[in-house]
Amino acid sequence: MSFFKDLDLRKLGMQLLVASIITLSVSAIGMVELFGGRFVITGLFTMAQILFLGPTAFFAYRAAQEAPAGKKWLGLLKALLLGVGVGIVMFTFVWLAQNFDVRSVFINISPRLINILSFEHAGGATTLFLALVGSALAGGALALVPDKLRKALLLGASITLLVGLLSEILAERLRSLFSSQLSSAIIASKALQVIPATVLFVLVSAISYLRQSGRIGTGKIGPDLKPSQAKIVRTALISLLLLVLPMLLGSYLTEVTNNIGLFFLMGLGLNIVVGLAGLLDLGYVAFFAIGAYTMAALTSTGHLGVAGISFWVALPICVAVAALAGFILGMPVLRMRGDYLAIVTLGFGEIIRILALSDLMKPYIGGAQGILNIPKPTVGDLALIRPEQMYYVILIGVAIAMFMSTRVRDSQIGRRWMAMREDEDVAEAMGINLVNTKLLAFTIGAGFSGLAGAIFASKLGSIFPHSFNLLISINVLSLIIVGGLGSIPGTLVGAIILVGLPELLREFAEFRWLAYGVLLVTMMLSRPEGFIPSETIKRELHAGDEAAEQAG
Amino acid sequence: MRDRLRNLDWIDLFLWIVRAAIVAVILVGTVKTILNNPYTLRNWEDFIIFGIAQGSMYALIAIGYTLVYGVLQMINFAHGEFFMSGIFASTSAVAIPLARAGYLASHPIPSLLLIALCSILISISISLLTERIAYRPLRHAPRLMPLITAIGASFFWQYYFRGLFGSQVIPFPDIPQLEGTVPFLHTQVLKSHVLVIFVTLVVLVGLNFFITSTRPGKAIRAVAENKDVAALMGINVNRTISLTFATGAAMAGVAGMLYALVFHQVHFFMGFIPGIKAFTAAVLGGIGSIPGAAVGGLFLGLFESLGPSLFLQSLGIPAFNQLKDVIAFTMLVLVLIFRPQGIVGERLKEKKA
Repeated sequence: MSFFKDLDLRKLGMQLLVASIITLSVSAIGMVELFGGRFVITGLFTMAQILFLGPTAFFAYRAAQEAPAGKKWLGLLKALLLGVGVGIVMFTFVWLAQNFDVRSVFINISPRLINILSFEHAGGATTLFLALVGSALAGGALALVPDKLRKALLLGASITLLVGLLSEILAERLRSLFSSQLSSAIIASKALQVIPATVLFVLVSAISYLRQSGRIGTGKIGPDLKPSQAKIVRTALISLLLLVLPMLLGSYLTEVTNNIGLFFLMGLGLNIVVGLAGLLDLGYVAFFAIGAYTMAALTSTGHLGVAGISFWVALPICVAVAALAGFILGMPVLRMRGDYLAIVTLGFGEIIRILALSDLMKPYIGGAQGILNIPKPTVGDLALIRPEQMYYVILIGVAIAMFMSTRVRDSQIGRRWMAMREDEDVAEAMGINLVNTKLLAFTIGAGFSGLAGAIFASKLGSIFPHSFNLLISINVLSLIIVGGLGSIPGTLVGAIILVGLPELLREFAEFRWLAYGVLLVTMMLSRPEGFIPSETIKRELHAGDEAAEQAG
Repeated sequence: MRDRLRNLDWIDLFLWIVRAAIVAVILVGTVKTILNNPYTLRNWEDFIIFGIAQGSMYALIAIGYTLVYGVLQMINFAHGEFFMSGIFASTSAVAIPLARAGYLASHPIPSLLLIALCSILISISISLLTERIAYRPLRHAPRLMPLITAIGASFFWQYYFRGLFGSQVIPFPDIPQLEGTVPFLHTQVLKSHVLVIFVTLVVLVGLNFFITSTRPGKAIRAVAENKDVAALMGINVNRTISLTFATGAAMAGVAGMLYALVFHQVHFFMGFIPGIKAFTAAVLGGIGSIPGAAVGGLFLGLFESLGPSLFLQSLGIPAFNQLKDVIAFTMLVLVLIFRPQGIVGERLKEKKA
């Protein structure tokens, strides 16, 4: 009976169930169909195929990995069983969809979906079955490969996938920076050509493998420098790169970068409130809205403009108004416990949104029609109309905010916030005035958000209440959690992943919020400290692990 | 120390001013309305009955918040999605096919029971899945973490169901037998409102019996009181927590059914606003207390239904009905600031919080 014990059928059944549910779900909610036309490698395979074959391969890999040592072949058997299981489920699914009218209930199970699932040919359900078994076996085989090689292969595959997905934009850049021959040699019809893809995959995998074995790349590049000098060189290089970035990126990518910059700015503010001070604020968008509306009211040349002053004069006023709003809203709410605070701030955000939409405030802020004719910032006689010009405004804002938040974090105030985040009672006993300290975090965070809002209003030229919904707050919250609570570089990475990627992969925008939900849950479960964790939070979250290790 | 006192003083002062301002708005508005009297008695009765019907739904949803809070001291942010998922899925997958087949019109009672059963079962499965995947692994983590997974789960379910059944508003099929009014005292009441109030009463009585007199109900109360001692007494804590979620979700499933009967439409985003309002109701009644949730729900429903006409209209606010949600959210903010222990409920014990 030890054969069945080693096979661990109960767990395998669970994995089979989960893999089937995921595969069915990505098909039934329309993800597969949406990515059906998106080739990663021209003529070879699409993103859709990765979506419906990937989960099986992943769970087959997991199942195979759990096979007992010394009986590694059992892993392949488990993978095979899993592949056959998912294969039967999906075969039935395709058969049902072909023979019954399921579309009147599940609107996304369309003939197009079935075509994609059956690899675009009649009788493709069998092909689907074989493909699922094949990918399960591939996943199982991956578990048999040595660790280093596996890491290298996975890295190579993911980089190739990413480049393949972004190839449309890449092609455009290659055309304008180099030549159209080069561009079409590498990328054809929005996907990587076979040969460049193979080269890229082999190159990345080989470099990664060799680096892991310590054969190349661990040594220093360039002349020996003292740490302080190295830092200066690095800062100079990064600043130079940031200054010429719009020229390298072109209009469209600069616009994306601008959005990343604005969300990064908001993220820095929320990072102070949530990451450092530990106050979960779900109404953060309110301050963004206040900043934007203040800018609009102060500078607009339309009939709702009240002052008609210039962008640069209005900017500090917007920040001050947003910070003041943070102070006033913060006063009553900051005495309550963490989870109540989240709900109250959510309530505040909604109140402000509904008020902005209502007829009550319409004479002042335009109701659903919003405020129009907000002028762009000007430098001398030059109006900063193009995204490449707005980029520098945002860059300055981000630089100021980054400088401030680094300084504040490392100051005595920052330490007070972190002490408060860890334990309010102890912090209070240490002589920290909780209400003042919280108010300060709330006010500074609101100010950052107001700055982002003011730039946003001027960048768009007109603002509407619909731009300021709860989803913005959730987006900012997600990006600081994905990047790492309390970590400034983490916030930047989070903004690039959560704001940049959805804009580049336009199909993905449809499922953005679904993906955020999954991301929030999986991050909390598997990597609560984020991708680029701040040192303190990492230590705190893994304190238990170390203690357990020491205890043996 | 003196510094600190002075500090607290001016914040208290600020809070008092806020309180006074709100009381003034309500008083001035109400007095003006009474003096002008723009509505007939009949109008007011309609407002009250609609308020009770709406409040019944809030009460049912609020019970889910209060049960979970009582057991885990956690705000189940995804509870609104449990409410949405049940009725949204069973409208698309059960009610509409039944109506198309003509069975709904010819046999309304078995069809409605079937739809309600599906709604309840789907809500329960979604709640159990969410608890197992997003909450259970984080039971001993810092408070912030399960709250974040709850937000994630909430968004996930919204957009998952949007993907399955579409983003448009789906009309709930009309049931001819439920249209029209019945006489009550000297006025006419919509049949659907009568059904809502009746079903809520039955469900609440059933729930009360379940919680107070059955073994699983007693287990829920024991776990709410003290998990460790309950475990020592031989209660399976994990299973009891799942049961708590399932009970709350079943109430949300019923509420979803009633919502569809009153408002005749469902939507993937329909769980968000009722969810927050029901949470307000739970806090109003003192979170953790089941009778409190019922009373809080009724109170909120009435306040929201009467409020705009009672004290907003006479203040000369244009399109005052747009501010209905503002009333509920303001109430939420005020209750959490001034009386977090609720208006009628018990004071939360310090050790629990």
